Amino acid sequence: MYFIDPHVHMVSRVTDDYERMRRMGCVAVSEPAFWAGFDRGSVDGFRDYFRQLTEFEPTRAGWSGVQHYTWLCINAKEAENVELSRGVIEMIPEFLNKPGVLGIGEIGLNKNTPNECTIFREHLELAAKTNELVLIHTPHLVDKYKGTRMIVDMLQERNDIPPHRVLIDHVEEHTVKVAKDGGYWCAMTLYPTTKCTPARAADIIERYGDDHIMVNSAGDWGPSNPCAVPDFIQEMRHRGHSEAKIRKIVYENPLEFFRQCERFEFTPPE
Amino acid sequence: MPAKTADAILDRHFLELRCEILNLAAALDRIERSVGFDGVRDDGRVELLRQGIDILRTGGTDRAERVQMLFSDEYQAGWNQ
Repeated sequence: MYFIDPHVHMVSRVTDDYERMRRMGCVAVSEPAFWAGFDRGSVDGFRDYFRQLTEFEPTRAGWSGVQHYTWLCINAKEAENVELSRGVIEMIPEFLNKPGVLGIGEIGLNKNTPNECTIFREHLELAAKTNELVLIHTPHLVDKYKGTRMIVDMLQERNDIPPHRVLIDHVEEHTVKVAKDGGYWCAMTLYPTTKCTPARAADIIERYGDDHIMVNSAGDWGPSNPCAVPDFIQEMRHRGHSEAKIRKIVYENPLEFFRQCERFEFTPPE
Repeated sequence: MPAKTADAILDRHFLELRCEILNLAAALDRIERSVGFDGVRDDGRVELLRQGIDILRTGGTDRAERVQMLFSDEYQAGWNQ
């Protein structure tokens, strides 16, 4: 079955991963800007990173027949440096008209701090001003529920970003309803230790339905699996769910969300 | 709703659930027989684990959600007012 991984940090992966993903049916990935494992020190450091995301990475993905899309921001972990964050936000528009850029992301909260909230709101301001889609990271573990509620509160402080143009990521059993009730798209991340398993993701689909929801691997430099979406497909098949239902979650839903971006161009597989 | 019957799901998952309970039991044993156990006996995390196990012993279809909430920071409505 063809699938799209709507959240995977391919700059941290080797070309063999693109090859394996393609062999498993992956036709496209979207890659949010994220934390590199260390705090970067300058706006120029991010400028180089955004060049990698918008220039080299789509080329490298193309070698394996995978279409590559991306999202731009400074992530929540680095938002504690407010001055640097403001410099990066000011620089982002240099890249917004590049092919493959889908919007602003993954912005959000990490430890739910006041500085993170400040920079999250300023990213939202940029997204509203430039009419960009928004991809939101929600915190992990003990911080997730509170952080997800705070994120929704901040989204609802303004009325110029419609909920259907926002994707709230890393939802789990206790936050999926918060996102869906707000009218937002949401995604479940299949990540071995801190997020969701394929079986729990399938449980959530069975409880909350298959509308406005997708699954991703969030594969990165940590212990993660860029072929996690096929594991979810297999779990759904084991349970007897229809191919049409599975395809909706792993292929059609990401496309429906991405197509709201005017720059989005996609070549369907033959 | 799940596409399979409860009986089929139990058949499929019984051994892995048994394994997960054993892993939990062994980890709790490991903590208790290790040096300095008295210092963590009243650790809040141990109490949270006990409460999580209590949730598993209840019925319903939302145990995973309740376990998630047990391990979550409290949200205060109106924090941004």
